[in-house]
Amino acid sequence: MSLHFTEEQLLDAYYDDSVPGLRAHLTTCSECQSSFDRLRDVLDSARDYPVPQRGPGYGGEVWTRVLPHLPLAKSRNRWLRWWMLAPALATLVLIAFIGGMFTQRQRQLAAISTTARERVLLIAMSEHLDRSQIMLTELINATPSTIDLADQRSRARELLNENRLLRQTAVRAGDRQDAMLLDELERVLLDVANSPSNIAPDDLQALQNRIESEGLLFKVRITSTDIRQKGQKL
Amino acid sequence: MEWTDSAAAEAARNGNQHAFRVLVERHSHSVFRLAFRMTGNEQDAEDLVQETFLRAFKQLQRFDGRAAFGTWLYRICANCSLDWIRARKSRREQQTSSDDESLNWLDRVATPEPSPERLTESGQIAELLEPALKRLSEMERTAFVLRHYEGCDIEEIARALGVQTNAAKHSVFRAVQKLRRAMKPAWGVAQ
Repeated sequence: MSLHFTEEQLLDAYYDDSVPGLRAHLTTCSECQSSFDRLRDVLDSARDYPVPQRGPGYGGEVWTRVLPHLPLAKSRNRWLRWWMLAPALATLVLIAFIGGMFTQRQRQLAAISTTARERVLLIAMSEHLDRSQIMLTELINATPSTIDLADQRSRARELLNENRLLRQTAVRAGDRQDAMLLDELERVLLDVANSPSNIAPDDLQALQNRIESEGLLFKVRITSTDIRQKGQKL
Repeated sequence: MEWTDSAAAEAARNGNQHAFRVLVERHSHSVFRLAFRMTGNEQDAEDLVQETFLRAFKQLQRFDGRAAFGTWLYRICANCSLDWIRARKSRREQQTSSDDESLNWLDRVATPEPSPERLTESGQIAELLEPALKRLSEMERTAFVLRHYEGCDIEEIARALGVQTNAAKHSVFRAVQKLRRAMKPAWGVAQ
């Protein structure tokens, strides 16, 4: 064969080896073989381009950086800030109002207000965990023939909103253990909320395995009991 | 239950943040690699990774699922990188040439005291490669990085750059020709 392959064709061959007849031609044409070898040497050497390594947790780090800039997170944060500030502002107004009259009484009211808020939070958390527990129990005991996930999906969506709020509150309060539990619970709730109504048997099995392997139901049960007892003491 | 990319993108489009988190965690490494190869600078690459995912989130409604999510994300990262390269060029025109040294990727990623073997084996090639990459046009560099390091085919590159396949192919070819010329000293007169 007297015709030679062009540089562009040799380049195509380097990347996807799909140029018709090129391999056969190279075995008989030393000129093309030599051109191809030179091209390959240069391009191979150009692969030695060091990229700094990132650890296995890099995706999580990126998520942490991205999250505060997401529109949804911003609006939720604004709402949370308002929500968190409202009781504090109300307390300040109340304190200012009665502050000039009875200093001792002011301290008592503030203490009562704090206790009351904590109790409300504990009740909300306890109720949320109880309802989550019921749903998790139903899921664990379900078989594909007995379950219609439409009901669970709808409840999971409602629970998700509560869960997010409670998780954020736990994080802000520095309650790491509750925050971690709520984070685990949130992932399962999300999966349920996004599952199809007629869930495939394998997917249901995977969901059940996940709940059981992480001991989620047990943790929810224990935490719910602890919180209820704590609330009763207040 | 493992989310597929398309299912997670669909859920994220409907406001599911956890689904978007799955996508971020899954694709961060590859986006970083591309961003670093495009910019040659670690910190700039980190900024580009963040910008890529933020743009992706804002544009999720436009993701129609015809292309793989990773390809779509590459396209966004490539465009962010192109914007970055253009902005850097503009900044450079206003700065003194001494700033160029601080942008040199070798300064950022090389170990403080590279071994003699490393210097002799890959040092010369790396020293020639980086400035050569910087001299490519934005289109050529993007096309070459996608083709050579990311393994994209010509059609994917064309979609990422928003050009015809012939233009994408020609950009890769021109980039390779320029790199071969620039790296000639490392390969002697035979090249």
